[in-house]
Amino acid sequence: MSRELILGRIRAANAGARAAGPVRRDYLRAHADRTPDESVGLLAENLADYRALVHRTDAAGVAGVVARLLAERGSRTVLVPDGLPAEWLAATGVQQLEDRAESTARELDAVGSVVTGCALAIAETGTIVLDGGTAQGRRRITLIPDHHICVIRVPEQVVSSVPEALERLDAARPLTWISGPSATSDIELDRVEGVHGPRTLDVVLVGE
Amino acid sequence: MRVALFVTCVNDTLYPRTGQAVVTLLERLGVGVDFPLAQSCCGQPQFNTGYRRETVPLARRYAEVFEEYEYIVTPSGSCAAMVRDNHPKLGAKGAAARTYELTEFLTDVLEVTDVGAYYPHTVTYHPTCHGLRMLKLGDRPRRLLQAVQGLELRELEGAEECCGFGGTFAVKNPDVSAAMGADKARHIEDTGASAVCTVDNSCLMHIGGTLSRRDSGVRPVHLAEILASTEGDVW
Amino acid sequence: MSTYLGMPAFPEAAAVSTRDTRLRGNLRHATHTIRAKRAAAVAEMADWQQLRAAGAAAKDDTLRHLDTYLEQLETAVTTAGGTVHWAADAEEANRIVAGLVRATGETEVVKVKSMATQEIGLNEALEAEGIRAYETDLAELIVQLGDDLPSHILVPAIHRNRGEIRDIFTGEMAAWGRPAPEGLSDRPAELAEAARLHLREKFLRAKVGISGANFMVAETGTLVVLESEGNGRMCLTLPETLISVVGIEKVVPTWRDLEVFMQLLPRSSTAERMNPYTTMWTGTTDGDGPRDFHLVLLDNGRTDTLADQVGRQALRCIRCSACLNVCPVYERAGGHAYGSPYPGPIGAILTPQLRGTASALDASLPYASSLCGACYEVCPVAIDIPEVLVHLRQRVVEGGTYTVRGTRTVIRPAKGHAAERAAMRAARWTFQRPRALGAVQRLATRTRRIQPRRLPVGPGKAWGLTRDLPAVPEKSFREWWQERGKGAGE
Repeated sequence: MSRELILGRIRAANAGARAAGPVRRDYLRAHADRTPDESVGLLAENLADYRALVHRTDAAGVAGVVARLLAERGSRTVLVPDGLPAEWLAATGVQQLEDRAESTARELDAVGSVVTGCALAIAETGTIVLDGGTAQGRRRITLIPDHHICVIRVPEQVVSSVPEALERLDAARPLTWISGPSATSDIELDRVEGVHGPRTLDVVLVGE
Repeated sequence: MRVALFVTCVNDTLYPRTGQAVVTLLERLGVGVDFPLAQSCCGQPQFNTGYRRETVPLARRYAEVFEEYEYIVTPSGSCAAMVRDNHPKLGAKGAAARTYELTEFLTDVLEVTDVGAYYPHTVTYHPTCHGLRMLKLGDRPRRLLQAVQGLELRELEGAEECCGFGGTFAVKNPDVSAAMGADKARHIEDTGASAVCTVDNSCLMHIGGTLSRRDSGVRPVHLAEILASTEGDVW
Repeated sequence: MSTYLGMPAFPEAAAVSTRDTRLRGNLRHATHTIRAKRAAAVAEMADWQQLRAAGAAAKDDTLRHLDTYLEQLETAVTTAGGTVHWAADAEEANRIVAGLVRATGETEVVKVKSMATQEIGLNEALEAEGIRAYETDLAELIVQLGDDLPSHILVPAIHRNRGEIRDIFTGEMAAWGRPAPEGLSDRPAELAEAARLHLREKFLRAKVGISGANFMVAETGTLVVLESEGNGRMCLTLPETLISVVGIEKVVPTWRDLEVFMQLLPRSSTAERMNPYTTMWTGTTDGDGPRDFHLVLLDNGRTDTLADQVGRQALRCIRCSACLNVCPVYERAGGHAYGSPYPGPIGAILTPQLRGTASALDASLPYASSLCGACYEVCPVAIDIPEVLVHLRQRVVEGGTYTVRGTRTVIRPAKGHAAERAAMRAARWTFQRPRALGAVQRLATRTRRIQPRRLPVGPGKAWGLTRDLPAVPEKSFREWWQERGKGAGE
């Protein structure tokens, strides 16, 4: 059995090896002390830096912003994951489709836009994390449609840093970290936005 | 203060002027210089080519020859790095920590940056890799150069990129070495300086040999020779 | 299909590639672009050196207790609904993957860029079984369509410029599926769009996906893939079956360790604060993503590397490619000269350990460096690449006892170094006897007028192709010193 063979080789290789030193975690938990508002500001700035389109509004304004973004996009259908607050879509007339487990990749390819919430967002890196929980749906619904609108409640869903994010995330859930629309550096190591994932990422920051 | 000069085998054989410059400079600064005749080579060429067994006796010999000296000064960044970083791994720790590259000795031990030098030329400075990354000389050589009367320092593009010497690399991988050397030579020529200086004659042998073949007219010169030069005694 | 088999030693390959002016231009442009960006991305982090030290320490801990962490990982993945396979070498890994694909009844798979599957030659092995593997990373697609080999860890088609990519797309896409759009230009955005259209169909119908992984968390059984384009997400979430082939050294002990690596890797590789997409999955999830998940743990020389107490640090590597991007040798020789999917400084220390130093090519790799140390400086897990290079040079010229395919083996000094070995010995003998050194120096100085500045043979010839030799001085330093002493009346 290769399992035993490999484990045996590892044990033999480590038999006389030096003990490894401790992992010193003297790096920063966050790279600055920020007020919640400052974190939201940094998130917006970093999202925009990687070509996400950032919109700021309050609870009363979400429906209007979402409706406008769908209209500007010209989408005829919008995917709606389980648990998405109905009021976010209260102002749009675009046809709403449920995310059904049996819908195929091909069917999703015909959808215009998708609206989701998120698990959290990371200010220092401009990252949104989805964990398949409420208002987020299956991973494929934020992948195949070419337009993703992600609504983030600020400041409560915003953390400062990567260490703070990992602390709050559950490894058992399927996680997708999104930092701007899809991109590539494969041509001459220069960054170009827009390959396979949604080429347009609208982020709506909803304040209190 | 008395120090031992470790001149290095390359300088001893091919670049005696550099050793003479170190003696002149240190004596001018009031430092007595000894040259233990039993010294030879730090073993860097052997070690870096993989001949560890051939290196061990040379490293031990170095430790013995310089045993009694508190300060051992050498005008070579890579030999200083060899002694400091690798001799301890070869069981010859003795003299490692007491070995100083010339610019370290000047700025850290003697605490001088203006050594009273005069050198009326345009000069560009190439920071050699082992000085830069192993010894972490930082801006020591530049500070010394900037204090030289009459010297105009020209910025070198891509300064921190290796010149392509690399010891036996230069002959084991001649094409890559030459390509790196050509780019370095071009950047040196682009500065318009009349001389290029380093803290290591082995790199300078490659850079100078490349410049000479290109007929570029830029002179290779070791930093020690610039610092030794004065208005009354121009090098 | 192109392979690395039978490639010449590094210096011979580099003799050709250094003269390829287009290749030199492409590499220079790309590596210089990314160098400046990486430096800026790293400069944003005040605690970079602490993160780097923590990354190195976490990997050292992993390696020191690798058996424990792999067993822990296996348990966690299995508990979460995955199946774990163990492969001692490339052949076994390929057999396992081919068997898993055949069991699905499918004859095509979509692939996320993966170094491990490049290393084992998976695509060629699947092709032999009648299974077609489609590369979906843009650069891998360029390589596959061009019947080419990758030349960079992160950007396998770095040796191609936009014009060449346009020509490859226009000429070859039709044979593999949807043709390139009419009148395709060489604008990167248009090229990316062409790749999107070409691959879309393949993603939507794919039933089997094959990936590697950047990290595997022992504690939770989570696999992590960082990417940019979304092709990774497509391959990891749309197919019914997912097979991940991952080197055993990719495990990290705890979930918390990701806080270090998720900061180190993006800034070191693409010079971004964060890469556009990262997927983290643990086993299978009902109703979301593949129903079947197989993890193939790959040794293929890694345990041999682990057995070398100096060389094992190469297993810390997180494949960021920062060392390639700063390497002056890589920039001039190009990735293909390294004859392996792992080019550049990391390749020069990884390949001879994974494959051994028996072939002329593998024995030449530790010498493919001027030891300038730029690689060590940028390495986010502090691999002392120059130290390992020198160590492997010792293995080549002095031989010794090393582990080869799990067995302690006496390696003889490599042939072809006899003249050099004799010269090194002679030099050492002379250097141990200062009188002899003085005699040699006197001989050199006395004959200086008849010495040529170019030599016709051997190392002197290699030197003299592009460089003049220095003029030998009238007297050595020690002669000057001794005469000076006499003059001063000592």
